[in-house]
Amino acid sequence: MFARTIISKAARPTAFSAIRPIVRPSFAPATPSPFLLSLAAQRRLLSDGVRQAIDKAVGSAPVVLFMKGTPETPQCGFSRASIQVLGLQGVNPEKFAAYNVLEDQDLREGIKEYSDWPTIPQLYIDKEFVGGCDIIVSMHQNGELAKVLEEKGVLVKEGDAAEGEKKQE
Amino acid sequence: MASQTPLEDSIRQKITTSLKPTTLDIHNDSHLHAHHEPMQGVTSKETHFRVIITSEAFQSKMQAARHRLVYSLLKDELAQEGGIHALQLRTMTPEEEAKRRAQEAEAE
Repeated sequence: MFARTIISKAARPTAFSAIRPIVRPSFAPATPSPFLLSLAAQRRLLSDGVRQAIDKAVGSAPVVLFMKGTPETPQCGFSRASIQVLGLQGVNPEKFAAYNVLEDQDLREGIKEYSDWPTIPQLYIDKEFVGGCDIIVSMHQNGELAKVLEEKGVLVKEGDAAEGEKKQE
Repeated sequence: MASQTPLEDSIRQKITTSLKPTTLDIHNDSHLHAHHEPMQGVTSKETHFRVIITSEAFQSKMQAARHRLVYSLLKDELAQEGGIHALQLRTMTPEEEAKRRAQEAEAE
């Protein structure tokens, strides 16, 4: 019961839509005059560009999830499970950003190299890599995730936080 | 005869050799995901695996480090065309497994 309330709150389209405009522009690679560059140089520049864009994405909110699809319509069961856990935990939508790797091939491949992690979803908290779906779920189950999120102050406050505690029991 | 489960064999062999697991359960869940959109046109019967590993090698390693260790062993299988599409992992030390079993027994 509580769980559903919290999920629907976190998954409310308006809460997450703010992050979307960030996705496209920041991943547009900065190549001022590509015709003057050799193919190899271009590729390198792109790779630096992607790295910088990912740096920026990782730092764009305290809690960042790279996923397949969007929080409202995940395109993969593992991404869905991860977003549900963050919703159950009561992560404050204002402190959260999601990036859809399916929208950007550079991001999709780049994030794997960036994190040295071959699968998606990937969760970052305070710019620190936490893990993929299995880790998110196991940390959710053993209480570690609640502890970290609490410490970082990224949960929805007051009445909502009380709901969060109840559903833990 | 060529193996019908080359990827599973490879997972088993690499994990067994490197991690000397006391428990190694490999579940091929590919059939559960065969109808998903990204699997359209994929003929491989070995796309989705769920692997449970108990090993001393995980001692004093955080979950992410444990998963990275397994991913690095299966780097080629994950990267290759028609290779592993999804890999679910549960990584435990023998103590953690014993604790988990005790909890499960209690819950029953």
